[in-house]
Amino acid sequence: MKQIVIIILILVVLGSSLYMLKSGFFHGVSDKYSNYKLPEVVDYNFHIKPVLSDNCYTCHGPDANKRKAGLRLDLEETAFLELPENPGKFALVPGNLSKSLLYQHVVSDDPNEMMPPPDSKLELKTYEKELLKKWISQGAKFEKHWAYLPPKKNTLPKNTGADWEQNEIDAFILEKIEESDLKPTEKADKETLIRRISLDLTGLPPNSDDIKRFISGTENLSLESVIDSYLASPAYGERMTQVWLDVSRYADSHGYQDDSYRTMWPWRDWVIHAFNENIPYDEFLTLQLAGDLMPNATKEQILATGFNRNHPITQEGGVIQEEYQSYYVSDRANTLGKGILGITLECAKCHDHKYDAFSQRNYYEIYAFFNNVDEKGMQMDAVQAANQKYFADAPFITITNEETQGVLSFVHKIEGEPVNVMVMDDNAPRETFIFNRGEYYALGEQVYPNTPEDIFPFPESLPKNRLGLAKWITDENNPLTARVFVNRIWAMLFGNGLVITAEDFGVQGSLPTHPQLLDWLSRDFMEQNWDIKYLLKKIMLSATYQQSSIASEALKKVDPENVLLARAPRFRMSGEMIRDYVMATSGVLNKEIGGPSVRPYQPDGLWEETNAGGNRGTLTTYTRDEGDKLYRRSLYTIWKRTLPPPNMTIFDAPNRDICEVRRQKTNTPLQALALQNDVQMLEAARVLAQNILMENGNENEADLVRSVFQRILIRNPKKEELSVLQAYYQDALAKFLKQSENAEKLLAHGEWKQEKTDPVKTAALMLTAQVIYNLDETITKE
Amino acid sequence: MKQEKPTDQNPLKVNRRHFFSQLSVGIGSLALGSLLIPDLFKSGIQHVTTQPLGIPHFAPKAKRVIYLFQSGAPSQLESFDYKPTLLKRMGEDLPESIRNGQRLTGMTSGQDKFPLMPSSATFKQYGKSGAWVSEYFPHIAKISDEICIVKSMHTEAINHDPAITFFQTGNQQSGRPSMGSWMSYGLGSENQNLPSFVVLTSRGKGNSQGLYSKLWSSGFLDSKHQGVLLRSGKDPVLYLNDPDGLSRSDKRHLLDHVSSLNKMHHVETGDDEIESRIAQYEMAYRMQMSVPDVMDIKKEPESIIKLYGEDAQVPGTYAANCLQARRLAESGVRFIQLYHQGWDQHGNLPDEMAGQAKDVDRASAALILDLKQRGMLEDTLVIWGGEFGRTNYCQGKFDPSNFGRDHHPRAFSIWMAGGGIKPGITYGETDEFGYNIVKNPVHINDFHATIMHNLGLDHEQLTYKYQGRRFRLTDVAGTVVKDIIT
Repeated sequence: MKQIVIIILILVVLGSSLYMLKSGFFHGVSDKYSNYKLPEVVDYNFHIKPVLSDNCYTCHGPDANKRKAGLRLDLEETAFLELPENPGKFALVPGNLSKSLLYQHVVSDDPNEMMPPPDSKLELKTYEKELLKKWISQGAKFEKHWAYLPPKKNTLPKNTGADWEQNEIDAFILEKIEESDLKPTEKADKETLIRRISLDLTGLPPNSDDIKRFISGTENLSLESVIDSYLASPAYGERMTQVWLDVSRYADSHGYQDDSYRTMWPWRDWVIHAFNENIPYDEFLTLQLAGDLMPNATKEQILATGFNRNHPITQEGGVIQEEYQSYYVSDRANTLGKGILGITLECAKCHDHKYDAFSQRNYYEIYAFFNNVDEKGMQMDAVQAANQKYFADAPFITITNEETQGVLSFVHKIEGEPVNVMVMDDNAPRETFIFNRGEYYALGEQVYPNTPEDIFPFPESLPKNRLGLAKWITDENNPLTARVFVNRIWAMLFGNGLVITAEDFGVQGSLPTHPQLLDWLSRDFMEQNWDIKYLLKKIMLSATYQQSSIASEALKKVDPENVLLARAPRFRMSGEMIRDYVMATSGVLNKEIGGPSVRPYQPDGLWEETNAGGNRGTLTTYTRDEGDKLYRRSLYTIWKRTLPPPNMTIFDAPNRDICEVRRQKTNTPLQALALQNDVQMLEAARVLAQNILMENGNENEADLVRSVFQRILIRNPKKEELSVLQAYYQDALAKFLKQSENAEKLLAHGEWKQEKTDPVKTAALMLTAQVIYNLDETITKE
Repeated sequence: MKQEKPTDQNPLKVNRRHFFSQLSVGIGSLALGSLLIPDLFKSGIQHVTTQPLGIPHFAPKAKRVIYLFQSGAPSQLESFDYKPTLLKRMGEDLPESIRNGQRLTGMTSGQDKFPLMPSSATFKQYGKSGAWVSEYFPHIAKISDEICIVKSMHTEAINHDPAITFFQTGNQQSGRPSMGSWMSYGLGSENQNLPSFVVLTSRGKGNSQGLYSKLWSSGFLDSKHQGVLLRSGKDPVLYLNDPDGLSRSDKRHLLDHVSSLNKMHHVETGDDEIESRIAQYEMAYRMQMSVPDVMDIKKEPESIIKLYGEDAQVPGTYAANCLQARRLAESGVRFIQLYHQGWDQHGNLPDEMAGQAKDVDRASAALILDLKQRGMLEDTLVIWGGEFGRTNYCQGKFDPSNFGRDHHPRAFSIWMAGGGIKPGITYGETDEFGYNIVKNPVHINDFHATIMHNLGLDHEQLTYKYQGRRFRLTDVAGTVVKDIIT
C-alpha cells in the first residue's frame, strides 16, 4: 500500500513537472523566492487565502457587482462549480492541476490568459504559485476564515524548556521559540519590571514608596501583590480610559468647521469609573451600546451610551440634514466594526465587501440598529451654540449637582450649572434603506436590523434593537469580540497585537502570530466573566511578559522584529504617557481625577491662526489655564478635533475624527524638538532640580546628579553614565557662574513656583535633568 | 526620519512581521533561517516592488508643487468664467432645465426664486491666448500667457468641510492622507533638513471658513509625511526655538551628552531604534538652523519685495507666504501648501471679492514671474483655486450692488502653471449661464491624477494598503487630463 502511494506520488510529481516544463513554468519566472521551501501541508487559512484574497477576490470575490466570469473563489460552495462562461470547465478540481483552470491561468505567460491580468498590476510570486499548486494537489481544502471560527482552548504544548514557563501563555510562546532553536531571555531586573508594570497599568512611573517596598524588599512584596496594588489604584482607570478614548473617538469639540465645544467629559468620567470598578468587558460594551434600552435604565446606564455620540457633528450652515445624519449613523456602524469586532465593515458601505463576506446589505442592516436616534444633521452653528451655552446636541441628558453628589458621584462636576451630555435614544425610528453607492439620496431596498451571518447568526430570541445587538456581540459564540479585545490588551502591553492589524481580523488582515495563544486567552477571558483586570494580571504573571528587553545579537539576527517574543519588547511611550511621566517624576503632577478638560501649555496662537476669524464659538481662542490645572494627566487635555494638542499629535495621536485602535510609533525630529523645548518639559526639569536641591542641598555633586537620574529613570546610574552626567553638571555650573543671567532666564520657564535655591546650581541641575529627560530610555518602556 | 509602523508598506523595508504573521503557523517544520525573507507573501506590494518609493514611475515634468488654495471658494463668475448672458438675463429665474436636479445647500434651498446675477466685475481678454480675466485680477491677467485656466472643474461636495477635504485628500470625509503626504510618500524629500510637505496659512477680510489639521494629515501613511505647519511668528515650527538662556553652543553641548548616554544604552540594549533616535535629534538640531534660514525673507532684495508687493514684508500675509513658498521650493521642499481664507461670499460679494482678490492677485502673479526668472517654473507646478464655485444666481436679496452667491459644485475655475502644464491655454467650457460644463469636464480625481502624472507618478500605482485595501489618492477613478500637459 505504502509503495503504491509513493509510486503515485512520484508519478504526480513527474507529471506535473513535465506539464510545467511544457507550460513554460520554468523559464523566466524564477524570482528570489523560487527556491523557497514549501510547507508539508498547505493550510488554506494561513497560506492560500491570503494569496487568493489579495490577488483574486477583487474580481472573483464577495462583491457581486464586480465579479467576472461568474467565478467566486472565496466560498467553498462556489469555487468548485462549473464555470458558467466556460461549460465543462472548472477553476478548481481537487488533486487535478491540469483541469484546474485557476492554476492554468496563474502559470500562463499569455497576457490574454494570465491571472491576475496584467492591467491589475498584480503579480504572483513563484512561491505563491507553488503554494497554490501544492494546495490543489493536496485536495484544495477550504476552511472558514479563522477569525469566524469560535476560539477554543487547545491543549498546552509540551516544551523541552518547560521549567521556564510560569503560566499557560508561556507554553504557547515557548513552543514557537523552541521551534526556532532559540531560548527565551532571562527575567528583567526588579527596577525594570516595576517600571514596566507601573507604566502598563497606571501610565505613570512607580513612585518611590512602591520602589522601596518592592525593590529593597522591606516588605518582600511579591510581583503579584505589586500588580494587584496597581490594579487597585485609581490611576489604573485613567490609563485604560486613555486607550479607550481613541477607540471611542472622544473629543471635546464637534469636529467640523468652527469646531466648538461639547460637554462629553462626564461620559469620560464614567469610563474611568467603569474601568476602576472592573465592570466586565461584556457589560462595559453593553452599557455603551444600549444602556438606555436596559429595563428601567438608570442615569448611569444612559450616560454610558455617550459612546455612540462621540462622533463629529457638523456646525456648518447650509448643510443638508439627511446627508450628515447618515454620516453619524455610519460612523456608529464603522466604530462597531473597527473598534469592537475588528472588521472593516465600512468597506461595505458603497458596495459588497471585496474581500470579506460582508454584503452591502449586511452593512445597512447594522446601520439600521443605529438609525433611530432623534438627531439632526446640524443643530446649531458654533456661535449660536456658544451664545446659548448649548454644548450638547439633542438627544442629551442633563446632569445636576444633586446627581453628582448621589447616583452619579463618579462625575467630577464642580458646583454650578447643570451639564448636558449627548446620549443615545431610539425616539425617532427610521426606515433604513441600502444606499446605492453609499449615497444617502440613492435609496435601494429597505433593510431591517440584523448582523452578518458569517460571523455568527443573530439569535431569534434577541430583540432587533441595540440591546439585542449588544447581546449578540457579547455572546460567547461571537468569535470576534473577545479575540479583538484580548488582542488589543496584548498590543497595549507588547506594542503589537498577536494579530498586528488590530483593526482588521478579516481576510485581508494579518494572521495571528500565535493563533492558539490568542484563542486560549480569549476563551479564558470569557470563562473568567470578561474580567479585564484578570486578563491583564494573567499576562503580566507570564514569564513571557517578565523577560528582559535586552536583545542579544543572536536573537536580533534571527528575529529582528521580535515576533517570537523570545525577549520583552522595547518601545516608545505614547505622547500622553511621556508627558505624564515627566510631570510625575518631576513632582508637578496633579493627580486629581475626572472633570472637565483642562488647557495646559500650548504654543500661542495655534487655534487663532486656523479658525475663520472673529467670534467662532467657545473654542475660537486658546486661553491657557493657570495653577494646578496645568499639571493634570494628559487624558484631561482639551481635545479640539480640528487642531488637537500638538504635543500629542507629534507623538502619533490620531485626531479622533474616527475610531482608531492602533497608533504608529514613529521617531521624528519634531518629537526631539518637543521634548527639548516644550515649556512643560523645561519646567519639569527645573522643578525637579529645585526639589532635589531642597531635599539634598548639601550633598555632593555626584549624589545630586544620581538623585535626578534615579528619580527619572527609576534605577541607579552606571558608573560611566554618572561620570558623563557629572561632567556635564560641572560644565553647566561653570558656565552659569560666568553667566548667571542665563541661569535666571532658564529658571523662569513655567508657572510653577521658583524656590530660593541657588540659581546657578539649580540651572545646572535643571539642564542635567534635561539631558536625562531627553534620553531614549526615558520615553521608552523597557 | 525613521519610522516604525506595523503595516508599513514601504517595499524597501524588510517587513518580517507580516511575513511571520502569514507563515508562522502550520509550517513549524521549516527552518527559521529560510523564513527570513522580506515580505514574501504580503502580496500587497507586488505592484510597487518594481517601483521603489522615492523614485517616480516615469520621467517627471515637475519636481515640486506649490498649491495656492483659496479657501472658501472664490466665484468663477467674478474671476475667470466670463458670462455676458447673465447680464442680458439679469434677474430672470435660473431655468429649471439648467439647474437640472442640482441639490442645494440649506442656505438657498428655501429661496423661492433663483434670480440670475451678472458678474460684479468687468472682463477683458488678455495676452496672446486671449484669456478672459476679470478686473479684480489685473496682475494675473498680465501673466495669462503663463497659465492654464481650467473652467470646467467639478466636485460632488456642496459644503466647505467635505469639499476642501475632497480636494486635499481625495475623499469628502476625514481619514485619508493629504495629497502633499501622498507626494512625500511617493517621491521622498529633496532636503534632509526640512520637511517634505509644509503648510502656510493666511486670512483675508472676507467671510472665512476655518482650516483643519486633517487637511494636511498623513492619514494612514507614516506621520513623517504629515504636513508641517510653518508659522509666521518667532517659532515657525512648533517647539523649534531653544529656550531663553541656552545658546546654540550650549545646546550642542547638551545634545552631545544626550547622544553619548544614548549610545551607551544602545550598546547595552541592542535596540537599533536608539540609533535612529540619535539621528532624529541631529536632524532636529539642523532644522533649528535651516528653518529660520529659509524663513528669513530679509535676505530678499528690494526688487523682489516690490514684485510681490509691500505685504510681502508683513509676516503671515498671503504675499509673504508666496515669497516664502518660493524660498521653500528653492530649498527642495516637495509640496508647499498655502491657504488663504476669506472667499466665502454668501453676501457682500462685490466688496469682499475685490478685497480678497487684492490680497492675492499681485503675489500670485509675482510667484509665477519669480519662479520663471529663476528657471524654476518649468519644474514647479503652481495651482490656484478653491474647493467649489459659486452660484450664478443671487443668494438673499436681489441687489446688484451688494449680493451673495451660494456654493456651486457643478462648474468652477482654477488655474495651474509651470511643471509640465501647457501655458497660455484655457481648458473646458461652461454653458452660457456658467452653470453646467459643456466641454471637457475635470473632476477632482482627474485633477489629482494629472498633478501626480506631472510629478512622474501613476495615480493608479501609487497605493498604500490599509485595512486590507489598497488606497489611492484618486480612489477608484481619475483620468490624466492629457490636453493640458506639455
